[in-house]
Amino acid sequence: MNLNDIPEKNPLSMQLDLSKFSGEQFSLATEEEKQQQDVMSESTTFFKDGMRKLFKNPLAVMSIILLAVILATIIFAPLVVPYRYEEILSVEGKRDKGAKNLAPFTYSELEQRYIEKGGERFPHIFGTDEQCRDYFIRVVYGTRISLFIGFFASIIVLIIGMLYGSISGYMGGRVDLIMMRIVDIIYSLPDMLMIILLSVVLQEVLQFKSGTLLAKLGTNMVSLFIVFGLLYWVGMARLIRGQILSIKENEYILAARSIGAKPGRIIRKHILPNCLSVIIISTALQIPSAIFTESFLSFVGIGVKAPMPSLGSLANSAREGLQSYPYKLVFPAIVICLIVLSLNLLGDGLRDAFDPKLKR
Amino acid sequence: MTAMSERLLSVQDLHTSFFTDAGEVQAVNGVSFDLDPGEILGIVGESGSGKSVTAYSIMQILADTGRITGGRVLFKGQDLSRWSEKQMLNFRGKSCSIIFQDPMTSLNPVFTIGAQLREAVVLHTERRGREADERVKELLELVGINEPEKRMKQYPFEHSGGMRQRVMIAMALACEPDILIADEPTTALDVTIQAQILELIQSLQKKMGMAVILVTHDLGVIADMCDNIIVMYGGRICERGNAREIFYNPKHEYTKGLLRSIPMVSNMKKKLVPISGTPINMLNLPQGCAFCPRCDAAMKICLTQKPEELVINQDHRAACWMNVKNAYEEATGA
Amino acid sequence: MSEPLVEVRNLKQYFPVKVGFGRTIPLKAVDDVSFTVNEGETLGLVGESGCGKTTAGRSLLRLYKPTAGEVLFRGEPVTDRNITHMRKQMQMVFQDPYSSLDPRMTVEDIIGEPLDVHHLCANRRERRERILELMSYVGLNAEHARRYAHEFSGGQRQRIGIARALAVDPKFIVCDEPVSALDVSIQAQVINMFEELQEKLGVAYLFIAHDLLVVHHISNRIAVMYLGKIVEIADSDELNAHPIHPYTESLLSAVPIPDPDVTRARQRIILEGDVPSPLHRPSGCPFRTRCRYATEQCAAECPSLTDRGGGHEVACWVK
Repeated sequence: MNLNDIPEKNPLSMQLDLSKFSGEQFSLATEEEKQQQDVMSESTTFFKDGMRKLFKNPLAVMSIILLAVILATIIFAPLVVPYRYEEILSVEGKRDKGAKNLAPFTYSELEQRYIEKGGERFPHIFGTDEQCRDYFIRVVYGTRISLFIGFFASIIVLIIGMLYGSISGYMGGRVDLIMMRIVDIIYSLPDMLMIILLSVVLQEVLQFKSGTLLAKLGTNMVSLFIVFGLLYWVGMARLIRGQILSIKENEYILAARSIGAKPGRIIRKHILPNCLSVIIISTALQIPSAIFTESFLSFVGIGVKAPMPSLGSLANSAREGLQSYPYKLVFPAIVICLIVLSLNLLGDGLRDAFDPKLKR
Repeated sequence: MTAMSERLLSVQDLHTSFFTDAGEVQAVNGVSFDLDPGEILGIVGESGSGKSVTAYSIMQILADTGRITGGRVLFKGQDLSRWSEKQMLNFRGKSCSIIFQDPMTSLNPVFTIGAQLREAVVLHTERRGREADERVKELLELVGINEPEKRMKQYPFEHSGGMRQRVMIAMALACEPDILIADEPTTALDVTIQAQILELIQSLQKKMGMAVILVTHDLGVIADMCDNIIVMYGGRICERGNAREIFYNPKHEYTKGLLRSIPMVSNMKKKLVPISGTPINMLNLPQGCAFCPRCDAAMKICLTQKPEELVINQDHRAACWMNVKNAYEEATGA
Repeated sequence: MSEPLVEVRNLKQYFPVKVGFGRTIPLKAVDDVSFTVNEGETLGLVGESGCGKTTAGRSLLRLYKPTAGEVLFRGEPVTDRNITHMRKQMQMVFQDPYSSLDPRMTVEDIIGEPLDVHHLCANRRERRERILELMSYVGLNAEHARRYAHEFSGGQRQRIGIARALAVDPKFIVCDEPVSALDVSIQAQVINMFEELQEKLGVAYLFIAHDLLVVHHISNRIAVMYLGKIVEIADSDELNAHPIHPYTESLLSAVPIPDPDVTRARQRIILEGDVPSPLHRPSGCPFRTRCRYATEQCAAECPSLTDRGGGHEVACWVK
């Protein structure tokens, strides 16, 4: 039987050389063979996907590294540097009056004599201040305090703002209306003024047990926290409320209601987790703001109580000797800049990485 | 048979890809077809089939990440894919227009309808001022919008979906193009409005004689409107032919599967036979036939070799190994 | 079949819409709608955008608080007091597979949520078993349980939604355009699944859709809505063969049929104009502005559904 003998019946035979094929090729393919072609992609959660994108962003990575370095320094420096932040330098038990305002990496006369005699003296990396205290360790502690204040204040803002915003956003209607008008009123209050007034009042009223952290920070910081708690949460509340309003529109919220879930559960399990990225980013951006506020307050003289340093108060004290000893302002200022910059860049990077709308 | 150079549009072995974060998505893999003046061609396929991308490639309105990576698009003998943006600007709207799926978003909300139509007229014709306005009124009447003077001054949001789609059609026809591409023109519309719009497209086509490329996933619309049909899957053409051939004598397993999976007019209660599996992942195209993983009749040859398009009869071509198998079995008397 | 499973009586759902300063007019999304769904059957609900079919489905489940009317489940009225219990009997499958699943939850958690809310499982093991059982009903593999919704295709996501609705073992499911967002080749899979589940579990459906061919295929009876009112109810074959209401006639003639000979031979009844806005409804019969047969009576008074024989109800003065 010649394959070329069958033109009319099937035009395909004209187009192909059927002799090239074998019967085997036309047997059925098995399921496994077919499925090999069809591979489900690797499972990633939203979180992993976002982190991957974050690490591709050079600025964000730089910020993370920078923050890590700063954190490492402030944790480990006090272990390495033998000076304490409130310690007035003394050599062999004697108060070293000549150690005032030393330039970085220089020693006072007393210290030099001590070294010549064969003693060991850890270098003053940032020099000393007008009270003969090692400046480096003061900057380190100042950073600690500033970061602590920034972080703590942001947490207050977060908790209050989240609670308020989620209730307002979820309830909607009149409740939302009233709550938002309260927010508007609070927005219009002068925050700085209130902090100052409150700190003046508290100074009279509050007496802390000496030695506690609060006592060391001073009433000014307490008033700062109070005012943050009273006033600064409104931005976060508005943000969360906005998020909730848009998330509420999603059908999975309706689905949760149709299953019979109560509002509390819906907020906890559906709405807030979906706000998480916004919350993190907003908090990351809130910390620099809090640090700035604290620095400003310290700069104008109503910051942390001496001898506790904060970056702002260090900058403030540096004003007096600015012409002669510029480095005293430069160091804390640079640290503030670095922290704020890296937190801002990190916040931006987080936002870009976790924003689902930017997906291609 | 008209000579090659006189074909209105001739797409030859078109390849288009999108270069994304996740890799290269080969949306169109070797598509060729011709379009004659006055012909209504339907391109039917599901999401991921490449039908819209084919249309956008002709108009060169692909997203930033997309590019034609191979083949030619000949318009009256000239290769569009090599044209500069300036030449394309002259082509779009004048020789070839497109109407999109979503009438809600394809009109600019801050300009009146009249202003947008006027823009189309002014851009491509010599008319200005009052002449242009006259033309706008003509166009609105042409697409069946009453009270054109009043409507011209209104904004898109004051109009319903059906009206906006008519305005889109008016804009597309402002310069009496040779080719009208309609990308899912009625998918977002209600059934009764859809009927109006399809009627309109048909009557305009008869009146103005342009060729129409109708891209859709709706088999009903295709059956109703189109002379010739191309079925696409995975960026390739499975089958092409005139409407009766495709619906009554399908020769590709995908087409057969599609027709089995929709409710049949003659027996509405008959159980549907779905196509198994999930839609194709365009990032990971199979080595052989794109449809193979989902094909119930898949054979070993389908796994490794892409089928060529073969002639079934004068109005019908299909690219499926099943046809080759049948011919083989007939030939060897199996 | 003495008592219908679900009975809707004179359901009204009005939404206040602000017009001008402090004034509101009611948007009558659902205006005096009544129908019944029997045990194990499928009632199709069709209509175009703005007709109120989605709102009707949601009001029925009390996702919106109805303005008036009542919903009875096995003769018992559904109220705010027993709604949590009723939610175990009546469930919903949503249209958009992309937004109806929480992107932060795994498949297991999504399907398990109804079990958690109603405390249906005594311990974790039971919960896991039940979830796997539900997944097998809808054709999902056990290994999919730990994955997130966004990793699945539209059709698979819809199955997850169906499994979630089945978790409480409901007797009645409102399916709100469940296949409209899916590709044609996947629609058949999901439609078949609905049918199989009905056979196996005896669930009744209110199948809301705008694709008339699909609705005809899956439904026992069909109700046609226009601007918040039901204009016709009949057996699905009867409705398609002998539509009485002018709107139903034109709706059916406008549906493109995937059969070239049939569809081209058809006489299309093209309706003029657009659907009126639900805010400015015509007086009397809502369809009269587009109706070929409209008379004065149609403008004066709105017709109610009357039985034309064999359960075929029509609301029309003329026909």
